[in-house]
Amino acid sequence: MRVEQVEGSPDDFTSEQLATVNMDGISRKVRLDVVDRWPEVGDYVIVHAGFAIHSLVEEEAKRNIELIRELASHMPEELLRSDNGS
Amino acid sequence: MTNEPVSDQVILLDHGSGGLASQQLIGELFLKYLDNPILRGLEDSAVVDNRPGRLAFTTDSYVVDPIFFPGGDIGKLAVHGTINDLAMRGAEPICLSLGLILEEGLPLTDLETIISSISEACKQSGVPIVTGDTKVVPRGKADKIFINTSGVGIVPETISLSSRQAAVGDKVILSGTMGDHGITIMTRRAGIALQGNLQSDTMPLHRLVARLLAEFPGSVHTLRDPTRGGVATSLNEIAAASGLSIQLDEKSLPVRPEVRAACEILGLEALYLANEGKLLAVVAPEPAPALLSLLKATPEGQDAAIIGTVVAGTAGRVVINTPIGGSRVVSPLHGEPLPRIC
Amino acid sequence: MRHVDEYRDQALIEPLIAELHRSVQKPVRLMEVCGTHTMAIFRSGIRSILPAGMEIVSGPGCPVCVTSAAHMDAFIDLADRDAVRLAIFGDLFRVPGSRGSLAHASSRGAKIDVVYSSMDALDIARNHPDDLVVFLGVGFETTTPGIAATILAAHRQRIDNFCVFSTHKVIPGPLDVLMQDPELRINGLLCPGHVSAIIGAGAYQPFVDRYRLACVVAGFEPADLLNGLIRLARQIAQDRPAVDNIYTRVVSWEGNRRARELVDTVFEPADMEWRGLGPIPGSGLKIKQAYHHYDAEQRLEIVIPDVPEAKGCICGQILKGQTTPPRCPLFGKRCTPAHPIGPCMVSSEGTCAAFFKYGADT
Repeated sequence: MRVEQVEGSPDDFTSEQLATVNMDGISRKVRLDVVDRWPEVGDYVIVHAGFAIHSLVEEEAKRNIELIRELASHMPEELLRSDNGS
Repeated sequence: MTNEPVSDQVILLDHGSGGLASQQLIGELFLKYLDNPILRGLEDSAVVDNRPGRLAFTTDSYVVDPIFFPGGDIGKLAVHGTINDLAMRGAEPICLSLGLILEEGLPLTDLETIISSISEACKQSGVPIVTGDTKVVPRGKADKIFINTSGVGIVPETISLSSRQAAVGDKVILSGTMGDHGITIMTRRAGIALQGNLQSDTMPLHRLVARLLAEFPGSVHTLRDPTRGGVATSLNEIAAASGLSIQLDEKSLPVRPEVRAACEILGLEALYLANEGKLLAVVAPEPAPALLSLLKATPEGQDAAIIGTVVAGTAGRVVINTPIGGSRVVSPLHGEPLPRIC
Repeated sequence: MRHVDEYRDQALIEPLIAELHRSVQKPVRLMEVCGTHTMAIFRSGIRSILPAGMEIVSGPGCPVCVTSAAHMDAFIDLADRDAVRLAIFGDLFRVPGSRGSLAHASSRGAKIDVVYSSMDALDIARNHPDDLVVFLGVGFETTTPGIAATILAAHRQRIDNFCVFSTHKVIPGPLDVLMQDPELRINGLLCPGHVSAIIGAGAYQPFVDRYRLACVVAGFEPADLLNGLIRLARQIAQDRPAVDNIYTRVVSWEGNRRARELVDTVFEPADMEWRGLGPIPGSGLKIKQAYHHYDAEQRLEIVIPDVPEAKGCICGQILKGQTTPPRCPLFGKRCTPAHPIGPCMVSSEGTCAAFFKYGADT
């Protein structure tokens, strides 16, 4: 879901750490207490039970789909090179 | 009814006593909004002029929580729901009854809003309330307001619609997007704070049905309104009653993006969510495209789509072809949909 | 841009399916560990297009399903106590214990609220100061950081009438127990997406080293799943097992350290009973002494009863991937989603429910 607004600060646990996120016109508040990287407006977050658990920027999402596209067009050398740890 | 301002007044047990307070409620509220020559008589039963055809008779109770929601309220729902149940058998709705069970303490303004909404729904659909009843129960014995509406309609001799009449090769048409009502109600409940443009689709479908049946005589085999249990459950019922299978195409299922997003967030499927202004039509294959065009030209059916086909195969089975070219079974709903953990 | 539509694109999917069929050169038996994967595989129809030599069994990754009957009974006993108000995830509501379910407790007048997030339970506590709100904690690594944050928030905001009954579990321990089972014969793991976002893809390296298991961390969209299955099949065909993370948009090698630190602040490892797997040392999480005020088990002196599993139910074997639901004598007959006997039938993520709902014959 796309981040539209961020409240609170990453270092201040006494503040309300919240983001307003949106997907296809549906928006909701999610907690940022456990997110791995403090998101900025325009980033995307993965949400589980009301908590953002991961934030990502658009390029990361695109990179995944490119890897699958390569697989779909079966280029064997590319396929055998796994991208673990990155 | 008393000297208090109306905004402070609440329903008391006295309002259901049958005494003075009941009469005031009837006179000053119900007749104010619902007045018509038959109801006005306040007799023990309504006497309605007969006309040729067979009688369709249905009843439904409405206990929706919350009672007010985007796109409607419990009153509007109670009128539309019963009209649609009549329409699904090809009946022209003639009149409705209105039974109210009120919880002590219900704000009078809420009741007035609901009665006014019922009045508007009756006027717009041209179907009057001709008889009614009100009871008040102690606080906590009901949840604000429960409504029962029964309805009668007339089915012309030439019309015969039922789930048993679905035939191999028939097309399944859905008159619009799925799940709008169900997801709206769910997201209005405490604990699920989703914001967005979600609203109930509640609307009467009897005029749409009348047009379909008039312009395509004999082509419509089955009509169902996929309310609780959603499209999935209604199609399972049609498949079971006809002893046939139904094959759906997932890509053709109309769902608004907002509803799809809310479903993804809550781990729900739009196929299982209630609709209050949609119909499923099982129609002969040849006129299906023309029938779809007619539907799409109406306000009730602008998002209509052919979503599947009736096929021979395991009796009662509904199968969906997924976008990736696979398939899976679509079972009926078991238990009320609840949001999942993941 | 939505990050899901691309992963459902037909032009992308067709070559992937063809490639999957090419990749399976000898029979492979894979386990999908996570309940959300179980659901996604069924929903997308992938089971109906699998190559002949590929079998997928479901693992112990549905949190509700692996909650022991004893814990369910303790939940229900708790619901029946006066002045206790339960806050639960929806999946728990209909799970059978040995004597009915929370749905039955609700019908007897128990106060039970279905919440979407543990933070909602804190709001309920604030709004019902006369009740002790007990959040029933079920779930894996993805859920526990949020619960830890909720307990810390309650502590910070001095919300006194709130506590958590922790039956939280961690995934690697029981996976290890399963993989030691010689009957299981698993060649590869489709590793969970969101659990891995917390624990990191690196958590599966021991399974490669110890059991020579192919491990692929994948997402939930059809293209993610097909990609995952292709890579598992290739690793197995080439006998080159490794941890392959193809869900890099969500999962890193080291995972979410911040979330794990929060969990470590509030919880410590404990022995835990798993439905079907029995007790597994260190596979659960209990609330640390420093936060004992928020530990329902201590605060309410909860005794976990000794409860046998339902008679004839083979959920245990199903959770271990040893058999499939249609082979259970109760499946579809005495045990259905309307009248579930075992937990795998009641949770929407349960393997039996998925087989029942999406087709026992696919």
